[in-house]
Amino acid sequence: MINPASLPNTTMDSAPRISQSRIPEPPETLLPQAAPAFKVKQLSLWYGEKQAIKNVTIDIPEKMVTAIIGPSGCGKSTFLRCLNRMHELVPRTRIEGEVLFDGENLYGPGVDPTIIRRRIGMIFQKSNPFPTMSIADNVLVGLRLNGVRKRQILNERLEKSLRMSALWDEVKDDLGKPGMSLSGGQQQRLCIARAIAVEPEVVLMDEPASALDPLATMKIEELIRELCVDYTIIIVTHNMQQAGRCSDRTAFFFMGQLIEFDQTERLFSNPKEKKTEDYITGRFG
Amino acid sequence: MRGDQHTWRKIKSGAASTASSVAALVVVAPLALVFYHLVVSGIGSINWAFFTNLPKPVGEVGGGMVNAIVGSGELLGLAALIGVPVGVLGGVYLAEYGGARTNSLLRFVADVLNGVPSIIWGVVVYGLVVLRFKSFSALAGGLALGLMMIPLIMRTTEEVLLLVPGGYREAALALGISRWKTIVHIVMKTALKGIVTGILLALARVAGETAPLLFTAFGNRFWNHNLHEPIAALPLQIFTYAISPYDDWHRQAWAGALVLVTMIFVLNALVRFLTRDRAVRIL
Amino acid sequence: MPLAQRTSAAAHMKPPSRFGDRLFKYLTLAMALAVVALVLLVGWQLARGSHLAMTKFGFHFLTTSTWDPVAEQFGALPFIYGTAVSSLIALIIAVPLSIATAIYLTELAPLWIRQPLVSLIEMLAAIPSVILGLWGIFVMIPWLRSYPFPFLKETLGWTPFFSGPVYGTSMLAGGIIIAIMILPIITSVSREILRSVPNLQREAAYALGATRWEVTRIAVLSYAKNGLFGAAILGLGRALGETMAVTMVIGNTPQIRASLFAPGYTLASVIANEFTEATTDIYLQALFEIGLVLFGITILANLLAQLLLKTTNNAMSTRVVQ
Repeated sequence: MINPASLPNTTMDSAPRISQSRIPEPPETLLPQAAPAFKVKQLSLWYGEKQAIKNVTIDIPEKMVTAIIGPSGCGKSTFLRCLNRMHELVPRTRIEGEVLFDGENLYGPGVDPTIIRRRIGMIFQKSNPFPTMSIADNVLVGLRLNGVRKRQILNERLEKSLRMSALWDEVKDDLGKPGMSLSGGQQQRLCIARAIAVEPEVVLMDEPASALDPLATMKIEELIRELCVDYTIIIVTHNMQQAGRCSDRTAFFFMGQLIEFDQTERLFSNPKEKKTEDYITGRFG
Repeated sequence: MRGDQHTWRKIKSGAASTASSVAALVVVAPLALVFYHLVVSGIGSINWAFFTNLPKPVGEVGGGMVNAIVGSGELLGLAALIGVPVGVLGGVYLAEYGGARTNSLLRFVADVLNGVPSIIWGVVVYGLVVLRFKSFSALAGGLALGLMMIPLIMRTTEEVLLLVPGGYREAALALGISRWKTIVHIVMKTALKGIVTGILLALARVAGETAPLLFTAFGNRFWNHNLHEPIAALPLQIFTYAISPYDDWHRQAWAGALVLVTMIFVLNALVRFLTRDRAVRIL
Repeated sequence: MPLAQRTSAAAHMKPPSRFGDRLFKYLTLAMALAVVALVLLVGWQLARGSHLAMTKFGFHFLTTSTWDPVAEQFGALPFIYGTAVSSLIALIIAVPLSIATAIYLTELAPLWIRQPLVSLIEMLAAIPSVILGLWGIFVMIPWLRSYPFPFLKETLGWTPFFSGPVYGTSMLAGGIIIAIMILPIITSVSREILRSVPNLQREAAYALGATRWEVTRIAVLSYAKNGLFGAAILGLGRALGETMAVTMVIGNTPQIRASLFAPGYTLASVIANEFTEATTDIYLQALFEIGLVLFGITILANLLAQLLLKTTNNAMSTRVVQ
């Protein structure tokens, strides 16, 4: 895990030379070979005439936290949504290329996006617990509306999901209260509980803490580190320090293209591409 | 010279302000007048007999409008059976599916339909149902009112559904919940209050309609026993009594009018109550 | 099943059915198409119910002024005249009042008055036609007959419009009561139009030192012209179809007279009054044909109003302050 203090300064003039970083670089041969959760092959996406994702190829490892960073408009959120076919909610989008998940192409013929989304969950920037439902109902809605009826299973999953989102102790006596009565940070953790209740394998997070105060953000980041033991987590963030704190791998996107993808430590201390270096040293973005 | 001009302009402005406030007063005056007379002329005839007795022949004291009050209720129930499902589901389509151009056209048609005079609905249902079954009926009356409700409910439902933030739909779909379940259990549930108020407003609107019932429900001096018989309705009864030459019936017409207006206003007040803490109201 | 879930949750969740989504989509589509079906239904029923009369009387139906059920002579001209004149009177009375009220509500009234006033106007809109008609028969007509009508006759009796005997039930009474019925809708639509005029326009005018009225006239009204015209046409559409209140105060006599004191008859009223009395087929068919005419003109008026209002909306949302 990278120490934020050793990240290069974000002011233009006083950036220390990257090669003077004190973190040792592991030799190539000892790089851990993680099995990929996603194998993305030459993915391109168009919104109408405009191409938002340009020929991205990347293998995202499983059971790790992968951060996607880049300046606004670089396509990182769009890319994230390609991983669970949520971009299809926007009309007139066109996609080319493949996204292999568990060996099969998400965009293959006859694949039902609904099934995919049960295995690949998503957390959004603005927390959105359903307003007409209590805390418990919010957590269980995914299970219930997908046909799970047995009381016992529901109760088990309710407690387990809330525990895993570090919310159980805070709400266990108030499960009947409306979901909206929680604070911002708690609401986001509720959304996380809701997402993991359906037992996905991957959790995609689109700037999950950007609307939260620093304390709540810290809690979310702790949660992300805990969750990656059981789930593959891919998080889009505009906050480089956050990427540095939370993630094992980082991908840098720029203008719809994947510029660099590496272990987080290496990307931040010794980026291979000039654009990456320019971004993380604050020359633009 | 400048000062004079400025003063003149100020005078004009003041006069315009006064004129428009007078106009506002004139606009609201009929409301006060109608209410005043409703209460003054009608309250005397509101008694227990009015609510429990059937109409009596001219000359006999103690006639009531109980069958008309109940009949209106029945007709509204029938109308809702037709208007609510078609209107709500149609509104769902407009809000959740459909391309921009199709929906624009459909909305346009719905708005035009809202402008069709209510008596025309009566004529249409006469041709469809009354001629077919060779009798005036509660069914025909309910159908006429129900058809009127459809474009109303469709538009109000669409409006409320569009107010539900897209984030909820996204979150539900991201959980792997199918589209139709997302719409029904998440979106419609969130908008439920708005949908209900839209229905109540439509009911309040058709509760006072007379014209479509003139030759469908037709009216009935006795109780209606099945849907294929003519049925009494409060607005119809008021009309019949009002244009009659009998004083006693005139009195009862006022009483009936007071009851009808009260019913409608209670419905509207209910709507207001349900939408009290929302920034946007459906008018 | 491809990409089926392999975790424990899969054991409990039901697979999603494409069928459910399809069914729901087509169900809602069918319901939405109901509006189109309804318009066609109305047109078809009216045409079907009147085609005998249409073939028998042809175009002359619209130009003949004899309405004699006994002799089986049916001409719609008196009713077209009645509808036109009563609606015109209603517009002359209601449009200035409504627009002035809308201006008052959006520009000039103190804030505390606005919501209560809007509520009162909504209440007026909620009064059923038959109740207004009831009030019309027993309160408005006697009053008109006692004060305003004799006054008008004295002062303007030399004109053809105010000549002749004063009965009370009259074209003018019909026009007045329609005006009362359409005031709320013209006011509320006008209000919406005025409210959507961007504040930038008002502010610019104020900054130039205009008085309140001048701001309203220059910055708001001229901008909103088309929309207000649309509101008026919407009111016209309502006026054309108004039935019960008019029937109760207009006198229901199929004649064409210049005098506004004379009783008249509208398209909607004749249907309301005589539909159940129609003893012969041709009589009923003639009434259906009147319905068709009424349907036609209200559709036209509403189409025009919608178009005007839509173009105003577009103009307002894309206009840039110069």
